[in-house]
Amino acid sequence: MKQLVILSGKGGTGKTTVTAALAHLATQTQRVVLADADVDAANLGLVLAPVTEESHDFTGGRIAVIDPAVCIACGRCAEVCRFDAVRPGSAYAVDPIACEGCAACFYECPVQAITMTPQRAGQWFVATTRYGPLYHAHLFAGQENSGKLVTLVKQMARLRALDDAADLLLVDGPPGIGCPVIAALSGADMALIVTEPTVSGAHDLARALGLAAHFNIPATVLLNKADLSPVQAEAIVAYCAAQSIPLVGRLPYDPAVAEAMVRGEPITAGDGPVSAALREAWARLQQQIFGDAP
Amino acid sequence: MKLAIASGKGGTGKTTVAVSLALSLATANAASAPLFLDCDVEEPNAALFLRPEISARRDVGLLIPVVDMARCTACGRCAEVCEYHAITVIGKQVLVFPELCHGCGSCTRQCPEGAIHEELNVMGTLECGRAETIEFFHGTLNVGEAMAVPVIRQLKAWAIPPDVGDRPVILDAPPGTSCPVVETMRGADAALLVTEPTPFGLHDLRVAVEVARDELGLPVAVVVNRDGVGDDGVDAYCAAESLPILLRIPLERAIAEGIAHGASLVDIRPEYQTKLAELWEAIAELL
Repeated sequence: MKQLVILSGKGGTGKTTVTAALAHLATQTQRVVLADADVDAANLGLVLAPVTEESHDFTGGRIAVIDPAVCIACGRCAEVCRFDAVRPGSAYAVDPIACEGCAACFYECPVQAITMTPQRAGQWFVATTRYGPLYHAHLFAGQENSGKLVTLVKQMARLRALDDAADLLLVDGPPGIGCPVIAALSGADMALIVTEPTVSGAHDLARALGLAAHFNIPATVLLNKADLSPVQAEAIVAYCAAQSIPLVGRLPYDPAVAEAMVRGEPITAGDGPVSAALREAWARLQQQIFGDAP
Repeated sequence: MKLAIASGKGGTGKTTVAVSLALSLATANAASAPLFLDCDVEEPNAALFLRPEISARRDVGLLIPVVDMARCTACGRCAEVCEYHAITVIGKQVLVFPELCHGCGSCTRQCPEGAIHEELNVMGTLECGRAETIEFFHGTLNVGEAMAVPVIRQLKAWAIPPDVGDRPVILDAPPGTSCPVVETMRGADAALLVTEPTPFGLHDLRVAVEVARDELGLPVAVVVNRDGVGDDGVDAYCAAESLPILLRIPLERAIAEGIAHGASLVDIRPEYQTKLAELWEAIAELL
């Protein structure tokens, strides 16, 4: 079983559109398990019409809670908190959004007014889709530990892929390069980085490639909206060539992509230019991931 | 007013709106030009459009524990109090894992031997400079580092003076809705959410509204970018939630091409200068 993670650095370059299309193409010959590792803004389900089979609570970290009946308002908690999470008053109180759960106040409180309380931080789901099982999650607004939840979703999806003797675990990653991205990338056989020919796309592509290299994961690039700026597109192609990073394809800028999203269909369900380019890209990707014998 | 510009979904045009809003305010009132903070430290892009002249730079990170083994008795108290498993005692050895450490200082305070002191573990850099009259600040998380929040927190502390008063402050947020976005929005007076009228845009706008309005209690307004691209779900949602849509930017290839090359919206379409200055006034009235 091979694990392919789709990343971008910059948001909005088309990761989820590409993931849904690859799921559609891969299942024509392979057994696939899907994981949506963007737990802040999980969109893969919007294209795959999942039917939820299981849902589970995700308990993130613990946060500090001050018992106002015990608090003597000495202010020691606020003094040791480095996250600006303690609000002074006749009894002190912890801002649950700012609290990082370090327990520094818990250990310092002279009257033991503080308890560390587990937080229900999100939910994760197992669903069936027309392309195979989908593991996805929702981190509640403003919660911490998105990296932990991504790791959990990926672990569950990976076990399912092993149980089902799947050929491919396809992971739709989050934007950025921080903790949830590192969690999404961890253990992958290959990272497909979807970029666009813009100054921001090029800048963020370099950082995403740097991250893949940092964790020794082979990377390959797909250029979306390739005809938006021929100058920027050539700059990205030249950059990839200079770094010896393969380019698996170029997709044209096409409003049909948004129309397919509105219909809840993968773009490859139709036969426009983006669909054709993705089919070619998938053929090359398969070579890169599986070699000659898929 | 301190305004955070966020979106949930990435690539909806946060930086496009934030940059052109800053340029519009600087033109409208040169005496009170805005402070601009690019808080997307994982992928900071605003400098590509504002092209500031950088005048100062500093390393940032967290204070992490360093153990003086001459004084350590391997009692294990440090590991016991660490919620992040960032310090562990094996036999007579103490191991510190900087990538797990949140820099809370508990191990240092709790060590009965006073054997721990703290040193800065560099995770990124902050830079400031000027783009015309705009005072520009951004942070960059080093590639391979996981934690964006400390960089954002220190960027804000460095950039926003306590006496900032009525000066406009624009905070360009990262995508998503978890802790880096919350850290950007904390202390802001209002949030401007930039979305696109597609199912993805709508789904992520809902989550962004949960963070900004429901969790943080901020007044929220919406910009619809690439207007005309998808369906009318975002309009229906904003109407139902009484969220004002203060600006619509149409889907136009000329705008997308200009931004691809690093031009700002007000360079490409100068009429947005007035529209954005009016948008700022409209948000001020929501407070």
